[in-house]
Amino acid sequence: MAIRRGRGVAAINYPTGMNLGGDPTQALVHSTPTGNFMVTLSSVDLGQGMKQIMAQICAEMIGVPTDRVIIDTADTDTGPHCMGTFASRGTHRAGNAVIQAAKEARQVMLEVAAEELEVNASDLETDGQGNIQVKGAPQKSISIFDVALSAHFKRGRSISGRGMFLIPRSYPEKETGAMKPSTCYAHACTVAEVEVDDETGEVTVLTVKNVFEIGRALNPKMVEQQLVGGSWMGISHALYETTEPYYPNRDHGGTDFNQYLMPGPGDLAETEIIVLERPSADGPFGAKGPGEMCANPQIPAVANAVFDAVGVRIDTLPITPERILRALKAQAAG
Amino acid sequence: MELRRDYFADVRKDGLHEIGQPRPRLDSPGHVTGKTAYFADRNFPGMLHLKMVRSPHHHARIRSIDTSEAEKHPGVVRVLTAKDVPHNVYTILILIQIGPEDETVLADGKVRWKGEAVVAVLAETERAAQEAAAKVKVDYEVLPAVFDMEEALKPGAPLVNEYHGQNYYLYDSGECRKVRFGDVEAGFAKADHILEQSYQSSPIEHAPTETTGCVVAPEGNDRFTCYTNTQAMFFTLDNTSIILQMPGNKLHFVGGTVGGGFGGKVDVIVEPIAILGAKLTGRPVSFIYSREEEMQISSPRAAEKVVIKDGVMKDGRIVARKVTGYTDAGAYSRHSPYGAQKGAGHYPGPYTVPNVWIDTYCVYTNRTPSSAMRGFGVTIGDFALEVQMDKLARLIGMDPLEFRFINAYRDGDMKAHRQPTEGAALIECMQEASRAANWPVAEKYMAMSSYRKGA
Repeated sequence: MAIRRGRGVAAINYPTGMNLGGDPTQALVHSTPTGNFMVTLSSVDLGQGMKQIMAQICAEMIGVPTDRVIIDTADTDTGPHCMGTFASRGTHRAGNAVIQAAKEARQVMLEVAAEELEVNASDLETDGQGNIQVKGAPQKSISIFDVALSAHFKRGRSISGRGMFLIPRSYPEKETGAMKPSTCYAHACTVAEVEVDDETGEVTVLTVKNVFEIGRALNPKMVEQQLVGGSWMGISHALYETTEPYYPNRDHGGTDFNQYLMPGPGDLAETEIIVLERPSADGPFGAKGPGEMCANPQIPAVANAVFDAVGVRIDTLPITPERILRALKAQAAG
Repeated sequence: MELRRDYFADVRKDGLHEIGQPRPRLDSPGHVTGKTAYFADRNFPGMLHLKMVRSPHHHARIRSIDTSEAEKHPGVVRVLTAKDVPHNVYTILILIQIGPEDETVLADGKVRWKGEAVVAVLAETERAAQEAAAKVKVDYEVLPAVFDMEEALKPGAPLVNEYHGQNYYLYDSGECRKVRFGDVEAGFAKADHILEQSYQSSPIEHAPTETTGCVVAPEGNDRFTCYTNTQAMFFTLDNTSIILQMPGNKLHFVGGTVGGGFGGKVDVIVEPIAILGAKLTGRPVSFIYSREEEMQISSPRAAEKVVIKDGVMKDGRIVARKVTGYTDAGAYSRHSPYGAQKGAGHYPGPYTVPNVWIDTYCVYTNRTPSSAMRGFGVTIGDFALEVQMDKLARLIGMDPLEFRFINAYRDGDMKAHRQPTEGAALIECMQEASRAANWPVAEKYMAMSSYRKGA
């Protein structure tokens, strides 16, 4: 009886957005007289930080710091339509809608600034700090705050914009299955290293090294938060979780966190995250949706590592100590 | 986390002000100091609490329901049964023309899974609602149930759902969604090795911190505001409008920050019945799942069975791949026909295989309806595909990572569903993993690229 070590690899891809498209999202952007910008949506922030990302996207497009953008979302009386937050679609779909809305608002803002500075709007640029300046002559500038005041009280202009993003729906061809499931795909490759106790069947995941290609890390800290959490969830899926431990038998289903197993802090592997960025053709600044795929590659990587360690294949999830011991027993029996 | 910006540097525009910056989240101080408001923080004077009477049987006919004792219980204001629901038989994907309507808001004549909602009790306190629910008498005639997908697909199996008429979802393509590419039998015929393996998963729970729920307040003008943690505001509003036969302008949904979704909050379950309760009593209503309901009543990730048959050459090329996927939808469709179809669009994975045959089935059994979850239609398929890849590599005596390089898709490669590959990056992920994990592969693989000249 011994502790045996093994490692396994898995490589995957994942589609961004609702499968086969047809999932619209809209956004509205307007400035207030304070020079701050409101983004109005009906998308839902599930805790992943969607509001923050939408604020950064709008800020980049308008040319103000992110804290000058306020997100008003998830109210059907005020927010324009969004299909919902699922299918790794939030950043991609709503982000594109915010870009389009912010572009329209930015154009009005530059037109008002052009009137104030007595130049052509096409000669103006933003400095990203909340100012509009003449290209090549940055000393000739006006703050976005002053432009907002001018628009509201002097010029009678609404600095606002409308955004809409829709991937047209694809219908699978009946006989061949020809279809367009998605317009862009995120990628990952994970290497997991495990120890398996061949006496108890216990698996300890030592290290998980994940490489994720996500198009564009719009906010690297938030990308890290999502990818690390996903990686843990993948390990949990591989080794612990089920509502029906003896599926298809309906008995023994857990009803609370004492009975429904999940890893505790001490069970989590040393986790490494490496991010590559190949911008997608149609994502906001090239971003793809990594929200779902980041929890997938750990499952087969751990399964393959268990085989590498003890030489038995567990092809049924979750890979419990019971299943490993039964397989080892069967293997010993020849 | 490490950003490796040397990959794909030629196609990326850098030097932006806000994008790419690790700005602190503006909402996180509220989250970590308990200041963020969630739906359940709404409390209204006179608010009622809704509790469900649920089926104790996997499959049964309802002979009769007696609510008289429950109605007399102190604190009970109203008891709802199927006849109170204006459009009781519904299905959520009807909004994107995926029918038939196959599920009841409150059971009518029959229950098809253990835990199915039968009677709703509205009372002044949670405790009174719970106690009264226990006093509802339902007379059941227990029917044979089927739990195993293979059993369910056999002739003569108990019929789970009469609205389908058979124990699988009928696509326009027939009993399964199909993908046909090349000639899979010819591929098998010329292969050096054939490997057919079967993979199985069990249902799992989303396990959000915040359980599913909503709080409904009548606005006093025939409008109702529903504070909810749904992941999809208008999708839920539109389905509620159909179920309650109530114009959409009478409904106002307010969401916001949700305490974790993972796909578990895209079914439309709590909102319609809570709004109906508010309408019929004129009082605010709270309907929040207990942890037990979240784990055994709310939809889990489906159990799936995936059978993969591959033909592979000694040099490592996969020449044929046949995949048969089965998704256990439980008793009702919810999002499962979509999920099974998504699987068909995902196989054979991120590899270029010249001959592919895919069938994905959505199967009905007498268990808790499954639905969307993080990685819907793909996660279990990836488990099966990537364990199969490991087995194939070992079968032909090849390094598992090198074997994947040989088959990895690249720009311009035609996929089985007949879309050319664009924006591939699998090879680069594997190259970086090779370095990071100190798992060396031959130099020719490290020199590969997802780019193809002219692609």
